[in-house]
Amino acid sequence: MLHGIWVLMVEKGWLLALLRGAGITLLIGFLGVVVGLAAAIPLAILRWRQVPILSQLVDAYSIVIRGVPGLLVIYLLFFGSVDWVQRIASAFGYADSAENAYPFLIGIIAIAAISCAYSIEVIRGALQAVPIGLLEAARSLSLSPRVTFSRVTLPLALRLALGGINNVWQMTIKDTSLVSVVGMQELMRAAAVAAGITRSPLLFYCLAAAMFFAMTAVSQVLFNRAEKHFNRGFSRG
Amino acid sequence: MDFSIVAYAVPFLLVGAKTTMLIAAFGVGLGLPFGILLATARISQTGPVRKCADFYCAVFRGTPMLVQIFVIYYGLAQIGFVRHNAVLWWLIGDSLHAAILAVILNTGAYTAEIFRTALLSLPRGLIEAAEACGMSPWVVFHRIKFPLALRQALPSYSTEVAVIVKESSLASTITVLEITGYAKRLMSETFAIMEIFVVTAAFYLAINVVCLTALHAIERRLSFERHSAR
Repeated sequence: MLHGIWVLMVEKGWLLALLRGAGITLLIGFLGVVVGLAAAIPLAILRWRQVPILSQLVDAYSIVIRGVPGLLVIYLLFFGSVDWVQRIASAFGYADSAENAYPFLIGIIAIAAISCAYSIEVIRGALQAVPIGLLEAARSLSLSPRVTFSRVTLPLALRLALGGINNVWQMTIKDTSLVSVVGMQELMRAAAVAAGITRSPLLFYCLAAAMFFAMTAVSQVLFNRAEKHFNRGFSRG
Repeated sequence: MDFSIVAYAVPFLLVGAKTTMLIAAFGVGLGLPFGILLATARISQTGPVRKCADFYCAVFRGTPMLVQIFVIYYGLAQIGFVRHNAVLWWLIGDSLHAAILAVILNTGAYTAEIFRTALLSLPRGLIEAAEACGMSPWVVFHRIKFPLALRQALPSYSTEVAVIVKESSLASTITVLEITGYAKRLMSETFAIMEIFVVTAAFYLAINVVCLTALHAIERRLSFERHSAR
């Protein structure tokens, strides 16, 4: 039994395939969260400032994406874009490279679109939670609105947003498994391929689960540390 | 927007909606009691019970639902004992049953987290008062702790219900045709990706609105009782 697993994992190289998949999962997850967060900050500010029309549009985006399964969003982006991506790529003569890079790119865009919707809510909540007295104090020092925002509001809000960002990150790591259904070679897909060829789905899916668990557990520890760092100087409430 | 495609898609999605709601109903109906049970295990004084429940929740909250569904449907079916045991095979062998089981096990872990925080946040004095009145632990739980914790937990639990509705879409990956399963089929059949997406999203939003309204009504009712009791 143990020898059989050893042969399967090491000599046939499936462990390496899974680890490679895990690396891609982390990469998609990381890029997805970073891109999502970068897009979410301006959008959250629009919502926070209640800019007419734009704020409603952001709201609608966030409600739809958060109310609809991630799988559906991924189908929309994949099936909806296959056609015109091919057309644009062949128009510029990059048909081959588009075929290779395309699933990866759309995968990141899909994951980013989902994580962005959740990040908007997190950041808006954090911006609203910044005590109004501090903002008034900044104004009474006649700091310009831009300085107030970048030196007072944003740092305070980011501290408050950290817990929420952690949630978004953990959720996103788990959501990356969804892009496997459209053939992206991440951890879940690697496990499915290995399970299909070796006919031992229990082993490989459990291994994939263990790897996902390791990722979320490690990031939880790191975030706890970061939270402690950012909360230094604040009394524990 | 092409309305003939919408008209074509709606009957299929209605059939899918039935399955989605079936899965969600089981997820809430069995997942909620299971979650509450897990939550009480997680705050119990008995070390091994607490550790097991903690571990269960950590695993189910720390891994994607997709992996869980695959382990249950494809993984467990590999074990000979499961295949030859009639009850277990009834649970795992059918894709719809396996999906429902996965949703219950998954939501149980999240529900337990919600109720654990709610139970821990109860004012100490109330429980001490109940104990001082000579109530047995069970009476304290179902007369004092549970009603108060339910009120605390309900707002977070309504979010969890919306999550259950969304997670039920993963059943489509093991061939159950619920809303997302039909949506995928319709997308590859009609190539009207955007139209299908909009209609499907409308279905999900409608289900979510109905669930959230119902839960909000329960929430209001529970808080109303507090006012009338005064």
